[in-house]
Amino acid sequence: MKDYDVIVIGGGPAGLAAAISADKEGARVLLIEREAKLGGILKQCIHDGFGLVRYGEKLSGPEYAQRFIEEFHIRNIDYSVLTYVIGIEKTEHYTVRVVNTKGVTCYRTKTIILATGCRERTSKQISIHGTRPSGVFTAGTAQAYINILGQMPTKKCVILGSGDIGLIMARRLTLEGAKVCGVYEAKDSPSGLTRNILQCLEDYNIPLYLSHTVTRLFGEDRLKAVEITKVDEKMAPIFGTEEIIECDALILSVGLIPENELAESLHVEIDPRTKGPACDQDFMTNQAGIFTCGNALHVNDLVDYVSESGELAGKAAARYIYKDREYISIDTDNEFLYFLPQKIHIRDIENEMTFYFRSNQVLKNALMTLSVNGKQILKKKYRNLKPPEMETFKLDISQFKLTGDDKVTAALKGENP
Amino acid sequence: MKELVCIDCPNSCQMIIEEFGDEIKVSGNLCKRGVEFARRELKNPMRTISSTVKTIFPDTPVLSIRVSNEIPKDKIFDVMKEINKVVITKPVSVGDIIIENVLGLNSDIIATSNIF
Repeated sequence: MKDYDVIVIGGGPAGLAAAISADKEGARVLLIEREAKLGGILKQCIHDGFGLVRYGEKLSGPEYAQRFIEEFHIRNIDYSVLTYVIGIEKTEHYTVRVVNTKGVTCYRTKTIILATGCRERTSKQISIHGTRPSGVFTAGTAQAYINILGQMPTKKCVILGSGDIGLIMARRLTLEGAKVCGVYEAKDSPSGLTRNILQCLEDYNIPLYLSHTVTRLFGEDRLKAVEITKVDEKMAPIFGTEEIIECDALILSVGLIPENELAESLHVEIDPRTKGPACDQDFMTNQAGIFTCGNALHVNDLVDYVSESGELAGKAAARYIYKDREYISIDTDNEFLYFLPQKIHIRDIENEMTFYFRSNQVLKNALMTLSVNGKQILKKKYRNLKPPEMETFKLDISQFKLTGDDKVTAALKGENP
Repeated sequence: MKELVCIDCPNSCQMIIEEFGDEIKVSGNLCKRGVEFARRELKNPMRTISSTVKTIFPDTPVLSIRVSNEIPKDKIFDVMKEINKVVITKPVSVGDIIIENVLGLNSDIIATSNIF
């Protein structure tokens, strides 16, 4: 059985960054990817805007991925594509069982980095009445049809949900000659980034309807029409506001959820707010030696932060020495949609810590404070906080000499616009 | 006075633009890119586009491409027509020029992925 220090599961932006970073630390690294090519979802994200934070350039997804793939190959890191992890066993270390065209192989490793990305919510998760014809796609599936396979999935469609991929697909479908009747969002504010509302919808005169949802599908073999209904503040449909729109496809952009199948099989604790694993500042989960990063940890809006978390997790996994960790959790108030990491391990604190958070609602002139035993240690002001736009900051916490009795709290205050 | 949201980066700065003849005064922007964006947006809005071109290779039926520089917003669909005429018959690498100076707009159509 071949031995590794770090096995990275997933060859997208998080996994590539994690593998490169662990390799830089001198670890023996193996990366496992189930698809034929490295790059993950970036392969089909052909629009630009990737890498603004990291490179100060607006790259397309494939170009951004290519920079990491090149470095990955220069470093001669072991990898295996078209390979699927079928099980992980905890022995003295971990045994990772994989299957590919060569059959079943086992590898032994000290640490594992889960870089499995996230999945789209599907129509089954949003309960729409009516028939079950073909023509209902997630935005990511429609994106793969057009950008990878070169096939148009629709001539005239309705998009449900205003997530970024849905907005980007509205533009992409329009550029390729399809008619996008509108983007319908059940909430009263858009889920996607403001710039995408402008450059993907307004530029192409695609209407956005807030507080509207799809309530019924029509059609036998293929979708013929959808029923749209207005919803109230509690997102309940308002009787009498139904409208039928003829279309041959319904494209869903109704949210992303971290992929936790392997994490759950390892009894990793999941945070109900991020829907990904709870972790410490090293991105280690409650299972010793199991790390996580990227969209498997929490759904990011920028790939630059996915790469950053991969690098941090890769470095931490490579340096991981089995030692009991002592933790204190970070208490956060309800103004946060979520706050990462959920806990701090307080022995051997190294350098600065990276935090990520989202606000629960739109806040103007917001103040985020971090306190130890009620005493403020950090204050940060934000002109605008919006749930779709993640914030991040760094802080050297070694200076506070934390002990197990200390209480760390994060609080957020702001004005409702 | 006009309100504009800068789409240059994810900060999405909400800006207020005051025009004094040819000069403009911008407020609400976090960086100077906001001023440049406002100036272009008022006179000649520019955008980037990304798309794909057909290939003859069964494993990679389409190749992803983008414009190397921004193009005028009102030329987007004209450029799409040019993009849709292309069929790739030889291997290409990231950054290779697929159409040089498309429609004389001082922007090339470049490959954003590889075909080996």
